[in-house]
Amino acid sequence: MRDIDILSLLPFVLVAITAVAAMLVAAFTRREGPVFGVTATGLLLAFVSMAFVPAQTAPVDTLLTIDGYARFFMGLFLLATLMVVAISYGRVGSPDSTCGEYYVLLTLAALGAMTLAASDHFASFALGLELLSVSLFALIAYRRSRESALEAGVKYLVLSGVSSSVLLFGMALVYAQTGTLRLSGLGAAASGTMGGALMAAGLAGIVVGTGFKLSLVPFHLWAPDVYQGASSPVAGFVSTVSKGAVFVVLLRTVRIIGAESASALPTVIAVLAIASMFAGNLLALRQDNLRRLLAYSSITHMGYLLVMLRVPDMLGVEAASYYLVSYYFATLAAFGTLTALSGEDSVLDCLADVQGLAYRRPGLCAVFAVALLSLAGLPLTAGFIGKFYLVLAGWSAGLHALVILLIVNSVIGLAYYLRVIGLLFQEPNVRRETVTQALPLSWALSSVLVLLTAGTLLVGLFPDPLLSLTRLFRP
Amino acid sequence: MDITLTALIGLPLAGGLLAWAAARWRIRLAYAFALAATAGQFLLTLFFWLSLSPSGNTPWLAEVRYAWIPRLGIFFHLGLDGLSLIMTAITGAIGVLAVLASRTSIRTQTGFYLFCLLGSLAAINGIFLALDLFLFYIFWELMLIPLFLLIRIWGHEQRNAASLKFFLFTQAGGLLLLLGIIGLCLAYSRATGHISFELADLQTIALAPRTGRWLMLAFFAAFAVKLPAVPVHAWLADAHTQAPIAGSLVLAGLVLKAGGYGLIRFLLPIFPVEAAAFAPVAMALGVAGILYGALMAFGQNDLKRLIAYTSISHMGYVLLGVFALNELALQGAVMMMVAHAASAAALFLLAQMIDFRLGTRDLRELGGLWASAPCMGGVMMFFAMASLGLPGLAGFVAEFLVLLGVFKVSVLLAALGACGLIVSAVYNLRMIQMVLHGPQKKERESTLDLSLLERGMCAALILVTLWIGLFPQPFLNTSRDVIQRIVNQQNVPRILRTETKGHPPGNVAPAAFINAGAVSP
Repeated sequence: MRDIDILSLLPFVLVAITAVAAMLVAAFTRREGPVFGVTATGLLLAFVSMAFVPAQTAPVDTLLTIDGYARFFMGLFLLATLMVVAISYGRVGSPDSTCGEYYVLLTLAALGAMTLAASDHFASFALGLELLSVSLFALIAYRRSRESALEAGVKYLVLSGVSSSVLLFGMALVYAQTGTLRLSGLGAAASGTMGGALMAAGLAGIVVGTGFKLSLVPFHLWAPDVYQGASSPVAGFVSTVSKGAVFVVLLRTVRIIGAESASALPTVIAVLAIASMFAGNLLALRQDNLRRLLAYSSITHMGYLLVMLRVPDMLGVEAASYYLVSYYFATLAAFGTLTALSGEDSVLDCLADVQGLAYRRPGLCAVFAVALLSLAGLPLTAGFIGKFYLVLAGWSAGLHALVILLIVNSVIGLAYYLRVIGLLFQEPNVRRETVTQALPLSWALSSVLVLLTAGTLLVGLFPDPLLSLTRLFRP
Repeated sequence: MDITLTALIGLPLAGGLLAWAAARWRIRLAYAFALAATAGQFLLTLFFWLSLSPSGNTPWLAEVRYAWIPRLGIFFHLGLDGLSLIMTAITGAIGVLAVLASRTSIRTQTGFYLFCLLGSLAAINGIFLALDLFLFYIFWELMLIPLFLLIRIWGHEQRNAASLKFFLFTQAGGLLLLLGIIGLCLAYSRATGHISFELADLQTIALAPRTGRWLMLAFFAAFAVKLPAVPVHAWLADAHTQAPIAGSLVLAGLVLKAGGYGLIRFLLPIFPVEAAAFAPVAMALGVAGILYGALMAFGQNDLKRLIAYTSISHMGYVLLGVFALNELALQGAVMMMVAHAASAAALFLLAQMIDFRLGTRDLRELGGLWASAPCMGGVMMFFAMASLGLPGLAGFVAEFLVLLGVFKVSVLLAALGACGLIVSAVYNLRMIQMVLHGPQKKERESTLDLSLLERGMCAALILVTLWIGLFPQPFLNTSRDVIQRIVNQQNVPRILRTETKGHPPGNVAPAAFINAGAVSP
C-alpha cells in the first residue's frame, strides 16, 4: 500500500477513530455533551480531510476505489450524518439514562455508508451494507421503552436480514457466472453472459436486496412503521444516508454492468420505479400520520431516482446526484422540524398537530414549508431544479413513458404536500395545542435548520456551482 | 434604463416584504407600503410607455440579460415590448385595486396576506417579461404558490377544496409545459449541438412534424388550463368564487391573461406551422368556451360564480382571436384581455362590496339594490353593459376586432362566436335584474352605497373602459409591432432542421449535452 493510499483512506480512518473515541468518552462520562462534541468534531474533521484526498480513479486497494463519485457521496454522507448528530443533540434519551452509544452507532452507520459509496467489490458492498444495517437495528429500536420503537426495530431487523441474504445469494450467483467479485471487472466479464439464467437470477437478487433497503415497492412494508417508530433524527438518517448509500452503490453497479445491456434488468428497474412512484404517492394521500406520510413520500422519491438508473450517459448520474442532494436538504429539514416539535414524551404524529404552526412557531413553519415545497419540486427550491434535471436527463435518454409517469406522480404528490402546507397556515386548533409540549430548541438544531433551509433556497436559486460539482466525477 | 426592468418584478416583491414586516407594528403602514409598491410599479410602466420607442434593430424596448445557469444555457433574460408593456400595466393597476379593496375585508394575518398578494404580482410580471423559457416556467409556477395560500388562508367557505383544485389543475398544465420546454430544448440541441432555453434561439428551428405537434400540444395544454379553455376550465369557477377579493382580482385580471399572453408570446412564434394546423380545433374550443361560459353564467345563483363563468366566455374570444392568426383578430385578443381585466375587476369588486355589506352573494337573496344604493347600481349597470359588449365601451372594440378577424378565416365560427354576444346580454341582464331591481330582500345597513374610495376605484375603471371603447388607437399602436412581427413570422421559412428521417430519437442529444456545458472534461 502506497502512502497516497493512506491519504485516500484518511476519511475512513478518521471516522473509525471517531467511533472509538466516542465510545471511550462515553465510558467515562454519562453526560451527553462530551460524546456529542467528540462525534461532531470527528465527523467534521473527516469531512475536512476530504479536501486532502487526492483525486484519482485508480482503485485504492481491491475493495475500495476513491474516485470523484465516491468522494462526492462520502462528503455528502458525512455532512448528512453531522446534521443528524446535531439534530439529535439533547433529544436522544431521557435525562437519567446514558446515550453515548447512540452517537457511536451513528458514526458506525456513517462509516458503512461511506464504504458503500467507495465500494468496488462485492465484499466491501456487503460489508458496508451490514455495517450500516446493524447500526440501524439498534438505532431504530433505541427508545426501547416505547413499544412502537421495538416493533419497528424488529421489523427492520427481520426484513433487513432477509434482504441481505437475498443480496448475498445474488452476488454469489453473479460470481458463479462471471468469476469476479470486483465491480469494475464485472462489466467486461459480464458482457458475454448477460443472457444466462444464473446471471439474471443473480442480478435479480441484487436488485431485490437493495430494493429492500431503498424501500421500493413491493419491498416497502417496513418503511412506514420504521419511520413512525424510530425517533425523528433516526428516521431522517434512514431516509437520507441509508437510502442514499444503497442507491449510490446500486447506481455504480448498474452503470458498470450497463442497464440497457442486460435482458431483464431495464424492465425490472422500470417496473420497480413505476410501482414505487404510484404506490408511494397514492398511499401517502391517505395518511394522517406525518411520519408515515414522509415515509411514503420517500418511497416515491426513490422511485423517481430509480429512473436515472436507466439513463446510460453521465447526465443520469449528474441528475441523480443533484436530486439526492436536494432530497437530503429537504428531508433532513423536515425531520429536523419534527424533532423540534416533539416533546420529551409526546411524539408529533398527527397531521392535526402541525395545524396552525404558522401562528405558533413561524420560524419552524417556514423551515417546514420550504422543505415540503422542495420535496414537492416547486420553483426557487433545490427540489425543483432536481426534478427538472431528472426530467431533462430522462427525456434526453428517450425514456418518454417513465418521464411522463414521473410528471404525473409529481402532480399527485402535490396533493398531499399542499394539504400539509395548507394545514400549517390554518387557524390553530386550540384543544390540540396544549397536548404537544415541545422542548426548547437547542442551538445545534436551530443552526442546522437554518443551514438546511438556506441551502435549499440557495441551491434552488443558484444551481450552477452544485451542477459543476456533480460534473467533476466519472464513476 | 434596462436595469429598471427588473424593478417591475423587484418593486412588488420588496413592497410585499416591507408590508409583511411593517404589519407587525402598524397595519396602516403595511397597506401604505403595499400601495406604494403597486402604484410605483404601475407608474413605472406608464413611464416606459411614454418615454421609450423601439431602437431600430431590436424588438425590445428594454432588455436585461444575465447568465444564470451557464451549465444548461439558462439566462436571466427579461425583455419589454408593447405586449409586455400592456400586460405589466394591467398588473400594476390590478395590484393597486387589490390592495385598496382588501382593506375592509381582511382581518387576520394582514402582513402575510399583502406579501402573498404582492409576491404573486411580482411573479406575474416575471411571466410577462421573461424571454428565457426556463425563467418563464419558474415564474409560471411561482405565481401559483402565493395564490394558493391566498385562497387557502383567506378564502370563503369551501376554500380548501377550491385551492387544491386550482393548484392541481394548473400544476398539471404547468408540468406539461415543462415537458414541452425540455423537449423543445432537446430538439434544439439535437439540431445545433448546443443547448439553449432562449426564446430567440428556440424559435429558429423547424421541428419534425410529429415532434412539433406533441410539443405544441404540451404548450397549448398549459396555456389552455390557465386561460381557461373549455375542457380544462373546471378549476376556475371554484377558485374565483372561494378566493378573497385580491385573489379574485388577480385570478380574473392577471392569471387568465397569462394564458393568453403565453399563447401569443410563445406558442405562435415557436410553433407557427403546428399552430396553423391546430387552429381550427383551437378556434372551435374558443367558440365552445364562449357559448358554454355564457350558458353556465346564465344558470348561476352565486354572484362571484356568475362572474367567473363570464370570464370563461370572454377568454373564449381570446382563444378564438389568437388562433385566427391574423393581425386584426390578434389585436382583438389583446384588447379583450385589457377590456376583460377592467370589467371583471369591476364586477368582482362590486360582488365583494355587496357581500361585505349584505353578507350574501346569492342572487336569490339580493334585489332592489338600486333603490338603496343608486351609485352602486349605476356602476354595476355600466360594467354589465361593458361585459355584454355595448358599442362605445371596451368590450365591444375587442369583440368586434376578434370577430372581424375570424370572419376572414371562418364565417361559421365568426357567426357562432357572435351568438355569444346575445347570450351574454341575457345573463348580464338577468344579473342586473336580480341584484338591482325587484323588492329588497335583505335588511339594509346604514351605509349601503359606495364609499368615496370605492367610487374612486370604480371611476378609474369606468374611465379606462370608456377610453378603450371610444379611442382604442393608443392601445392598438402599442401592441401593433409585436403582433405584426408574430403574424409575419408565420411565413418565414425555418432554416435549421432538427431531425432527419429515420433518426433514432434520443441518441444524439446526450452527447450534445455533455459537450455543451461550461466545464469541459
